[in-house]
Amino acid sequence: MKALVAIKRVIDHNIRPRIKPDGSGVETENVKMSINPFDEIAVEEALRLKAQGIVTEIVAVTIGHGHAQDVLRHALAMGADRAILVDSTAQLQPLAVSKILKAVYEREQPQLVLLGKQAIDDDAGQVGQMLAALLDIGQGTFASKLEISGNEAIVTREVDTGSETVALQLPAVITTDLRLNEPRFVKLPNLMMAKKKPIESLTADELGIDTAPHLKVVNLAEPPARKPGIKVNSVAELVEKLRSVGAI
Amino acid sequence: MSILILAEHDGQQLKKAARQTISAAQAWGLPVHLLLVGDNTAAAAASAAQVAGVARVIHVDAPHLAHPLAEDVSAIVVGLARDYKVLVSAHTTFAKNILPRAAALLDVAMVADVIGIKAPNTYARPIYAGSVLATVENSDALQVVTVRATSFDAAVDGGNAEITTLPAPAASGKSRWVSEVRNESDQPDLASAPVVISGGRSLGEQFHQLLTPLAQKLEGAVGATRAAVDAGYAPNDWQVGQTGTIVAPGLYIAAGISGAAQHLAGMKDSKIIVAINHDPDAPIFSVADYGLVADLFEALPALTAAIGK
Repeated sequence: MKALVAIKRVIDHNIRPRIKPDGSGVETENVKMSINPFDEIAVEEALRLKAQGIVTEIVAVTIGHGHAQDVLRHALAMGADRAILVDSTAQLQPLAVSKILKAVYEREQPQLVLLGKQAIDDDAGQVGQMLAALLDIGQGTFASKLEISGNEAIVTREVDTGSETVALQLPAVITTDLRLNEPRFVKLPNLMMAKKKPIESLTADELGIDTAPHLKVVNLAEPPARKPGIKVNSVAELVEKLRSVGAI
Repeated sequence: MSILILAEHDGQQLKKAARQTISAAQAWGLPVHLLLVGDNTAAAAASAAQVAGVARVIHVDAPHLAHPLAEDVSAIVVGLARDYKVLVSAHTTFAKNILPRAAALLDVAMVADVIGIKAPNTYARPIYAGSVLATVENSDALQVVTVRATSFDAAVDGGNAEITTLPAPAASGKSRWVSEVRNESDQPDLASAPVVISGGRSLGEQFHQLLTPLAQKLEGAVGATRAAVDAGYAPNDWQVGQTGTIVAPGLYIAAGISGAAQHLAGMKDSKIIVAINHDPDAPIFSVADYGLVADLFEALPALTAAIGK
């Protein structure tokens, strides 16, 4: 079966984002960018299913402009077979992203769609669920375990009370959580070889998608800083301070 | 027009996060309706009807809703949502699974993890693991929102809402529930506990031994960093942080936690933060009200002993 893996290019998780002076956005020029870590887990899971002989072809897709190709190269270097870049300079919101991915899905007809449970930039966590809704297929969110059994995906999901296992009719959308797997390191020779793998380029217009934003970012600001605290020298002093403010 | 809250319950009563959502919803100044979905929800509906600020409780009962699946619940939500101005729920794994699906079916945007409602269509929400605070305006006629429960006080009893029962649509058949593993422990619910004691990986095999007695004395819950969970010292639902549970207790004790941005995102709104770490340069001290540079294996038992006195 074919797996479609949707990935996003985000500011690297080790970088502290800087707000542009006019508050209109976050500075991404000359900032280290990487594949969204949750999406990297999705790529890895597809590769493991391919190693098991369940998945036969892995197609990576991202939406963006110019350097967005870098994350596709990363996925190809990990082992994805080919990639699709949906070229767009717009700041796309989850609903628009889902509509674009739906169009890509309809072209590719995969049995499995894998993507991260959230992107670490906007922390919205919506695209997988929205895509499954638009496709009218099942969804397995926050997956910490995935097995394919016949025509079903058996997904263990991390939930607030522990974990839950659901069985989804294929095709289905799976969003990946941290403990699903540990992605492999990309070796330099693989990165070189990935340059030979094909990246197809499309545009949202070609796909006939309305990407008009529903949400407007009015302003970005630093969250209010906490008041500086104090260092205490002993457990006894700590207990005394906590008692004095009624915390214990 | 009214507000519809998709309210999570435990079969008997509303979860605290649902009560917090009820108080958040008062910001719109419109009648608040609750939607409870499940099997045998009559008791939970009756209990929810007592909460102040609720005008109507709608409950949908069916055996296949005993373990609600996103495909089924989103269909119920969509069937009702057109008559509402706002669809809101707490930003828990329950609603995070369902509400985006419902929003897409309704062809509207969703604003997730809202910590402040500035105007009927304008919200404050953290992005980049809480490093940035965004103000977002939503132009859709139907506002779909999840709120960070800990940013709002829990609504108390004192109401008398009407209760309506609606029939459940048939199961979608696209998914089925198989099983669950509840990480049963006698500790209070992490997200709503008044005290949280979290540990990092450096506690090692002594994670429970060092933290649980302290948590019991303070009647708090134990939390953990991602690294401690990954190492197997704590179950996944104890993880505090950007991708785990967000907490804001009255007292948060971080033991052996360096303070990565992803962890701070989950706890920095706590009222009082105590950090205990052997490394005086650990970033956690920058958000701590009280910092103690000490050996955890000595300080934690000493703290536990001192608190009982």
